[in-house]
Amino acid sequence: MTSLDQLFVHAANTALGLLSDRLRPWASIALRIGVIAAAAPAIMMYLTLYERKVIARMQNRFGPTRVGVYGLLQPLSDGLKMLIKEDVVPRGADRLLHLIAPILAVVPAILLFAVIPFGRRMIAVDLNVGLLYVFAVSSIGSYAIFMGGWASRNKFSVLGAMRSVAQLISYEVPGVLSVVAIIMVTGTLSLTGIVEAQAGRWFVATPWGFAGCLTFFLSGVAEVNRTPFDMPEAESELVAGFHTEYSGMKFALWYMAEFLEAFAVCAFTVAFFLGGWQGPAIPFWALAGLLAAISAAAAKLPLPVRFVGALASAGAGLLWRAEPIPSWIWFLGKTYALFFVLIWFRGTFPRLRADQLMGLAWKFLLPLALVNILAAGLWSAMPFPVGTALSASLLVVSAWALVRLNHPAQLDHRTYVLAD
Amino acid sequence: MTILGVGVLKGLGVTLKTFLETYPWGRVLLRAVGIPSANGLVTIQYPDERQQHSERFRYFPFLVYDKTPDDLRCVSCKICEQECPPACIHIVGPAKDEQGRPLKAHGRTYPVKFDIDMAICMSCRICVDVCPFDAIEMDNQYEFASPDRFGRLVFDKQQLLKSAEYFKQIKPSEAAEVDARLAAKQAKTAPPAKPAVPPNPSSA
Ligand code: SF4
Ligand code: SF4
Repeated sequence: MTSLDQLFVHAANTALGLLSDRLRPWASIALRIGVIAAAAPAIMMYLTLYERKVIARMQNRFGPTRVGVYGLLQPLSDGLKMLIKEDVVPRGADRLLHLIAPILAVVPAILLFAVIPFGRRMIAVDLNVGLLYVFAVSSIGSYAIFMGGWASRNKFSVLGAMRSVAQLISYEVPGVLSVVAIIMVTGTLSLTGIVEAQAGRWFVATPWGFAGCLTFFLSGVAEVNRTPFDMPEAESELVAGFHTEYSGMKFALWYMAEFLEAFAVCAFTVAFFLGGWQGPAIPFWALAGLLAAISAAAAKLPLPVRFVGALASAGAGLLWRAEPIPSWIWFLGKTYALFFVLIWFRGTFPRLRADQLMGLAWKFLLPLALVNILAAGLWSAMPFPVGTALSASLLVVSAWALVRLNHPAQLDHRTYVLAD
Repeated sequence: MTILGVGVLKGLGVTLKTFLETYPWGRVLLRAVGIPSANGLVTIQYPDERQQHSERFRYFPFLVYDKTPDDLRCVSCKICEQECPPACIHIVGPAKDEQGRPLKAHGRTYPVKFDIDMAICMSCRICVDVCPFDAIEMDNQYEFASPDRFGRLVFDKQQLLKSAEYFKQIKPSEAAEVDARLAAKQAKTAPPAKPAVPPNPSSA
């Protein structure tokens, strides 16, 4: 019996094994592309539901409940609605660029999925320059955004696009620098290598890893234009920013690009700092039992569905009772948990002002990321307690100093001559 | 000195608490760590469950009749038509015969047509306040959505007529007040007006 951990890998290998030798490499490529092309839209659709549900709960509401049980079919109906909506291109817009821009936004977002290590040996291409690839591909998105804003011939769009480019360029710097520490410590650019290097301890548990994780995650959130860094699409100022003039399926593509990139940011944060698909060896039957209990208790589902769900989970738990929780469940679980943090940010923080946004990137995150490289060097060069203590204190002191230096000058109390 | 990020964390705590409060297991969790919590969900799932409206909730006026639908209290004085701020009441009347003498039912003149345009009515209740005969009152029905603007949203006399019983049912205290007022009025006018009920042609 195949192990649960390698279930999908094994299934793919078996399917490919049926083919002739000449076909196999091509079929293997097609399979990888097919899985990503099918999974990406599905992930995106359910991320929208996830976000709407969570944000609704944070605002004392239910979120979507009407389409399907628990609103589970809402994404499908939204997709259908988007498909049949009219596609409006404003007069005077550059039609070709207007069409290309959303596609150019989605393509890099999907390309990123090629190097996400979903589980042990579950990665579409294990590039030895994976980390470089991530940054190279993700920065294409800013071209798309500027293209879309420019092609719309709308002032709001252009303003949003300009903000977006400024923001993306600014936040890419601390984002990249925060990962340099990882390259130093692990000595590899391959994502699988980075995850495997965290077998003993996740990088987030080291001082430099903690600071790096925060820097990387915050810059990532800013790069995908999500609240509180959603200046490019600030709806209270710019209607909808760069996608003001988009409707129908083109708008859906923008939306998809945004969600996929947000998912990718979470996935990469997990892979770089939160141990990727590694996890404590909790036996699988515990998780299966929990799932069985949840599906048995889901009051709104029809009874047969609950029964089958509980039975299937219990059966799986029994079948693979000897195994720990599989790596892909760890990875997806952590990624979705991090996406919850993203939504949580959105539910909590108001949007940053333009100068605060730039200030955070250039005056706080960038110096911190630079200091972090030094801290990582100290950590790896010195023996255990000394290195950790040194790098931790270095980071704390520099963070404190940065806050002090950035503190806005206290102006004297202004007195108005004509007042009273 | 404030410590960096404490405000940020506090804000996150508030939203997390709100999030947890909407789930039963979340409330259990919150209570387990010693945070008092009540059900956070405030949504009323409208078509499945309805809000309990107070008695004074009002939406759209109706015409009151006493025992039979032709015994409506409205005498077609048109005061409400004149006072309605958005002018959504349209009255034709009082009813007259060929000679131009007013027709009467149950001793009162009555309107031939009495239309209220619901799409324009703003539920201000001024018509009710100005009517000297307590002939018009506010209803508490509100589900009238219709794609047919003039067919379904302009209410004619037949649609507007509702019994005094119904009024008593939806707004007992207001109906009691109106009844008391009408009874007092009748006590004042009843003794001399006793023979004047059957034929009374002298009020052209
Ligand atoms: S409630 Fe106000 S708006 Fe409506 S019919 Fe009466 S007077 Fe007119
Ligand atoms: S409802 Fe009242 S105010 Fe309006 S016409 Fe009839 S009697 Fe007069």
